[in-house]
This record gives sequence, structure tokens and C-alpha cells, in this order.
Amino acid sequence: MAAIKAKHQRLVLLVVALVVVLSAGILAAWALKSQASYFYVPSDIVAVPPVATRTVRLGGMVEKGSLKTAPDGVTIHFVVGDGKARVAVEFAGIVPSLFVEGSGVVAEGRMRPDGVFNADNLLAKHDENYVPREMQQMTKDQAKKVVAETQ
Amino acid sequence: MREALDQWDFVLAAYAVGVLGTLGMIAWSWLSMRRAEKRRDESRKR
Amino acid sequence: MHGLANPARFLRFARWLTPLCLGLGLAVTTGALAYGLLGAPADRLMGETVRILFLHVPAAWLGMAGWMTIAGASVTELVWRHPLAAIAARAAAVPGAVFTAICLVTGSIWGRPTWGTWWVWDGRLTSMLVLLFLYFGYIALSDVARRDGGNGRVAAIFGIVGAINVPIINRSVVWWNSLHQPPSITMGKSAIDAAFLWPLLAAAIGFTLIFAGVVLARMRAILADAQAEARLRRKAMVSDPFEALA
Repeated sequence: MAAIKAKHQRLVLLVVALVVVLSAGILAAWALKSQASYFYVPSDIVAVPPVATRTVRLGGMVEKGSLKTAPDGVTIHFVVGDGKARVAVEFAGIVPSLFVEGSGVVAEGRMRPDGVFNADNLLAKHDENYVPREMQQMTKDQAKKVVAETQ
Repeated sequence: MREALDQWDFVLAAYAVGVLGTLGMIAWSWLSMRRAEKRRDESRKR
Repeated sequence: MHGLANPARFLRFARWLTPLCLGLGLAVTTGALAYGLLGAPADRLMGETVRILFLHVPAAWLGMAGWMTIAGASVTELVWRHPLAAIAARAAAVPGAVFTAICLVTGSIWGRPTWGTWWVWDGRLTSMLVLLFLYFGYIALSDVARRDGGNGRVAAIFGIVGAINVPIINRSVVWWNSLHQPPSITMGKSAIDAAFLWPLLAAAIGFTLIFAGVVLARMRAILADAQAEARLRRKAMVSDPFEALA
């Protein structure tokens, strides 16, 4: 009888300790919500423009049709958007091979006074979708059919 | 300028790490288990 | 479950289950990875590097599952004083750490051609690196406890408290803007095409079997070490009368 009681006591103690630790962890994660983000989205940058001396990261979608290469062949211009705000970006250097229009990007650099984001470094951000290469040539309806068949 | 890396180099490097790591772990755990059980069985005999 | 508390009974089924898990796991994993390397199609954007997925994702799952094994076994150890639970917790540490390391290294190798960098300090990558360090801490703690003849309670508490990191890893890509992509597989839905999903699930099953086999082998090794040490100690006491009197 005493053994069962001791076991219950340990279980209750452990559950209480677990609840405390869990809530502490969740609170800490919640507090970190803004600090632990790897980049700012365009709406953040537009709402509170960072000072020109501070290096920040800007992340979002490369707008379709916005990517242009300057005559020097190295400098590129494009627009990063998040559906609410847009920021023009200038970059000179080697772009990662997955950097394409309509895909995600994280640009490291500074906001110039003229409102253009001057990037020193570009990282391509991949999304959660994995699609075989053969399927992108199909029309949407064909692709849907193939997906329906393989499922 | 666009970066052009040979993707297969990275694929093969990743597979080498994953396969060698897994096989090494299996071999180590199996051999150390055999050694420990042999030692126990010998301590029983004596 | 309490039937397994008996080491003799555990050994009776672990003796055939260990090689079965390892053999079946190796066969399934080899098939899945061979298909992933040679048969699976290239991805629309990533190209060939999508094949790293079949290693990276199961390794990530098992790295986290390994810590949940430690935490679950530690709870059982502390509450029910289950002798085999303590051994199971210790046995899961090394395979968990190995899979976490494989996840980090293959992820880094994938990141270079995909993102354009080997490493970034975003929420997902950082929390996964923290998991690897937690494994090192746990292994060190449980080793000290074993060598000094302690009861390993500190390691068990560390295992339970450290489990807070697992949901953080899981949610990191949702809570914070990260370079790592958000989860592809959520509650019954998958953003991974079937051509990648099936080899991925097969590889996950294969690696899980390997993980189970390694945990069983580690448990048998730890158990045999403990039994041999206990026997030697008893023998020393009998052969040395002064020792026995002391």
C-alpha cells in the first residue's frame, strides 16, 4: 500500500514539474517570437525602416517579372514582396542557382536612404513543395490527374 | 552571374556521410554488445 | 510492460529481435536509398539535391524520436522505478546523437547548393544543434553516474527537462521566420509529390528499424556489463574474507 502511495506521489511531483518546465519553455519561446526571427518581411521594413548603417535581413518572394540585369551583367534589380508591402533590392555578385522569380529569397544588406535595399549577400529560400521536374511541363490539369492517379 | 555547382557532388557527399555514419553505428553497437555478452558469459563460467 | 521488467524475459525476446530489426532495417533502407539515388526523379527547382531528403528527413525524425525515447524511459524510471527503463534511456542516447549529427551534416550539404550557404543561425538549425549538444550532455551525465555508481537520477531529470527542445524544433519554422522551409507533411496533408513521398516513408521505416535494433543492442550491452560487474564484485567478496567483513 505504501509502495503504491509513493509511486503516486512521484508521479504527481513529476507531472507538476513537467507542467512548470513546459510553460517556462513556451513562455521563453513566446518572448523570443520577434527576436528569434531570421529575417524581416517587407511589411516590417516598410513599417519601421531600419537605419542605413544597420545590416538587416529581408526575406520574401521575388516578384514575377521584376528581375532585371543591369548592362554591366553583374548588378541585378528585383522586388521582394510579402503580399502586403514591396521593397526594391539591388545586388551585385553571384546569385545562388535556386534564386528565381516567384520563389523565396533572403537578402542581407542595408536600406539605402533612397528606399532601395542594397544587398551584400543573397540566400535562396526553398518552400515546402517538392515537385518532380517532369511535372512542371504539364498543364495544371494534367498534373492534378497524375497526382490523383498516383495517390 | 549565376552559381553553377555540380549537384551530384553534394548528393554523393551527403549519402557517404549518412551511409557510413549509419553502418558505423550498427557495427559499433553490435560488436560492443557481443563483447559485453561474451565477458558476462565468461564471468559465469569461472 | 511489467513483464519486460525481468531482464531474463527481456533477453529472451531481445536475442532474436535485435538481429531481426537490424537486418530488416538494413534491407529496407538500402532499397529506399538506392531508389532515392537512382530511381527518383529530379525536383523542379532543387534538381538532384532533392535526393538528400531521403537521408536528412528520417535522420531528423529519429534525432527527435531518440530524445523522446530518453524522456519517456526516464519518466518510467523515476516514477515506476523500472530497472530496464533506465537502461533503455541510456541506450537511446548514442543512436539519437548519431542521427541528429547525420541530419545536421546532410542538411548543411543540402543547404550549400540550395540556399547558397552551409549554415545559418535560424530557429530550426540552431535548435537542432542545441539537440546535439543536449545529447552530448546526457551521454556525459549518464556515463558519470554509471562510473561512480550513482543512480542516474540526474541524467533522467536532464532527459525529461531537455525534451522541451523537441517541440521547439518542431514549431521553430512556424513561430519564427526561418531560412529552413516550413513542414511539408502536416496532419494528413503532404506538399511532397508521391514520387518523393513513398521512398521517403520507406527510408523512414528502414531507419526506424535500424534505430530500434541499435537501441536493443545497446540495452543488451549495458545489461551484460552490469551483470558481469555484479558477478565480479560478488566473487571478490567471497574470495577476500576481510573484504566481506568490512
